[in-house]
Amino acid sequence: MATAIEFDNISKQYRLGLVSTKTLSHDLKRWWTVNVRGKEDPYLKIGETNDRSTKGGSDYVWALRDIDFKVEQGDVVGIIGKNGAGKSTLLKLLSRVTGPTTGTIKARGRIGSLLEVGTGFHQEMTGRENIYMNGAILGMTKAEITRKLDEIVDFSGCERYIDTPVKRYSSGMMVRLGFAVAAHLDPEILVVDEVLAVGDAEFQKKAIGKMQDVSQGEGRTVLFVSHNMASVQRLCHHGVLLANGQISFMGNISDTIHNYLSTQIIQSAYNNKNPKETDKLNLLWAKVSPSKGDAFFNDTAIDVSFCVRINDNIGSLVIGFNIYSSFQHPLARADYNDLDGRATLERGVYEFHFRIPPHTLSEGDYTIVLDVAEKNVKNYAGDETVLSFRVDINDQSNINAFSENIDLKSSIVRGLWLVDYNKIH
Amino acid sequence: MNEEKWTTVIKPKNKLFEVNIRELWDYRDLISLFIKRNIITQYKQTILGPLWFVVQPALTVIMYMIVFGGIAGIPTDGVPRPLFYLAGTCMWNYFSECLTKTSNTFVTNSNIFGKVYFPRLTMPISDVLSNLLRFSIQFGFFVLIYIIYAIIGDLEAHLNWYALMFPLLVMMMAGLALGFGILISSMTTKYRDLQVLFSFIVQLWMYATPIVYPLSQTKSMFWAGIPVHKLMCLNPVTPVIETFKYGFLGAGEFIGWRWLIYSFVFMWVLLGLGVVVFNRVQKSFMDTV
Repeated sequence: MATAIEFDNISKQYRLGLVSTKTLSHDLKRWWTVNVRGKEDPYLKIGETNDRSTKGGSDYVWALRDIDFKVEQGDVVGIIGKNGAGKSTLLKLLSRVTGPTTGTIKARGRIGSLLEVGTGFHQEMTGRENIYMNGAILGMTKAEITRKLDEIVDFSGCERYIDTPVKRYSSGMMVRLGFAVAAHLDPEILVVDEVLAVGDAEFQKKAIGKMQDVSQGEGRTVLFVSHNMASVQRLCHHGVLLANGQISFMGNISDTIHNYLSTQIIQSAYNNKNPKETDKLNLLWAKVSPSKGDAFFNDTAIDVSFCVRINDNIGSLVIGFNIYSSFQHPLARADYNDLDGRATLERGVYEFHFRIPPHTLSEGDYTIVLDVAEKNVKNYAGDETVLSFRVDINDQSNINAFSENIDLKSSIVRGLWLVDYNKIH
Repeated sequence: MNEEKWTTVIKPKNKLFEVNIRELWDYRDLISLFIKRNIITQYKQTILGPLWFVVQPALTVIMYMIVFGGIAGIPTDGVPRPLFYLAGTCMWNYFSECLTKTSNTFVTNSNIFGKVYFPRLTMPISDVLSNLLRFSIQFGFFVLIYIIYAIIGDLEAHLNWYALMFPLLVMMMAGLALGFGILISSMTTKYRDLQVLFSFIVQLWMYATPIVYPLSQTKSMFWAGIPVHKLMCLNPVTPVIETFKYGFLGAGEFIGWRWLIYSFVFMWVLLGLGVVVFNRVQKSFMDTV
């Protein structure tokens, strides 16, 4: 297969902070050293790797550094990574919204981008007018749009409103219309960034289906950025994992996702260092641990414990947790009053112990999101209290021969449901 | 795999004169849609609609008649005042409208530019073209008043052959506005100071152009030994306005081919420079705007 896109040593530098008078002085210095003294740009050297959470000394960062890879024609490549890893920057470069600082990107065929659907929609114009407008912005000619108009309107499901100004549309309808135009763009290379996060379930299904058609049926190349591992897994063949602006892994999609998930920080315990007396509730500590040993195995029980201090009388307490899979599916819910159905507790410090029985969770990463809340008022367990753990398969005989497929490995429930089996002939 | 096969090559910097006219041509439908959008959306949900195009110059002319004609008593080369002011206002309005629109290209469109690529030049070009509608309505208004004056016989000066240059004159106005506009818009992406300064300059510029007074008024004036008349002609808009007024109203005398050619050459140089700078800036302006 031919190469559709080639990234050759792509780097992108950004200046941090505000554009201010200092910018002018830097510009002058840059101009002086490059054009007058004929030397290298002084500010290109001092960039630091882009780690959002640490403090750096320089005003410049590398949002992308030395990105070097090729995409085959007809391939669907998922680009994954943490927030700020450089995913969107990479797509922006590809869709020519901004230029790279160094390096070249070469591509074969028209590049259509879905960085944000509905770009250029004008509130005062009707749906039909906006289809033309939006299509032309994305690079279609009028004749092309006219040819596909019925299809687009049909796909969007907004037929009734098509001659109404889009300012009267609901936000969902706007997205549908925007996606419908973009989906019918028929570029050789399609760049998609998180558009599926919007719209209702029915439309998401439609959108994913359309993208699958585009990539499989029509042999187009797709670059897809998303945080939703389930849809990345479903759509993509290959993956590129970005970390701090550099490629940290590249390969088939299952391995890439696996690699990504394993880099996520595992926090199995939380301690509240200074609980606020003024809050009605405090989560003092929380932890998740295997009932025996140090590692979480699928055949040992998992204990979830936490300690809550109640400072005030609360009419309706919510104390419990949800378990999420690494694909962010909510899996299960448990509450403090599951046994007695009580709605409140008197003041004091309480310890709660939950036990997830063995052979419940399969191999994979899970997070526990705690609720320590006054019902419909406030949750006192913040983001920092989220616990996470990884379950490994202990009993090797439990591993199915086909489990190379990550779908099987991460099937969420792996129950010990077999009652018996007998030879009957 | 040879280089020719790549259809898109994205590099850090464009070459100096790498202006993709072909690409612009491929996006001609987009230009026409932008024009349509500009026109449609301008007067949606207004009662008078395009009539505003006429009301505005009419009020301006009345104001000029009071201030410059009445109070200041500046002569108008023997042309009826309303016609004289209207001719100047029509042309100047087109120029200044185009100029302010195009000089804000990057700032007002940063939202859409930040999401999708299309040749950025389509924006200012469609601004200049869609303003032609407004201009033609105002010009029609001018012709109407002109005919009324011709009928009541109050018009001494006459239409002459120079009026045939009208399309060229409009093109020169558009070219000058586009050239200045994209140059300014490229410079304001990083430093907004220019934007503030520029809106002020446009106001002053009108007074440096013979709109509210005839150029002949400056004939006998000198500034540091140089005739003011010559200085005025250095302003590339002056010869265009003067030729227009002479052609239609026979006001004053023809400014001379020399100055008209100067204006014409000025326009092309400006356009070339503007496009080169614009082209350089469009590549990375999203990071600084």
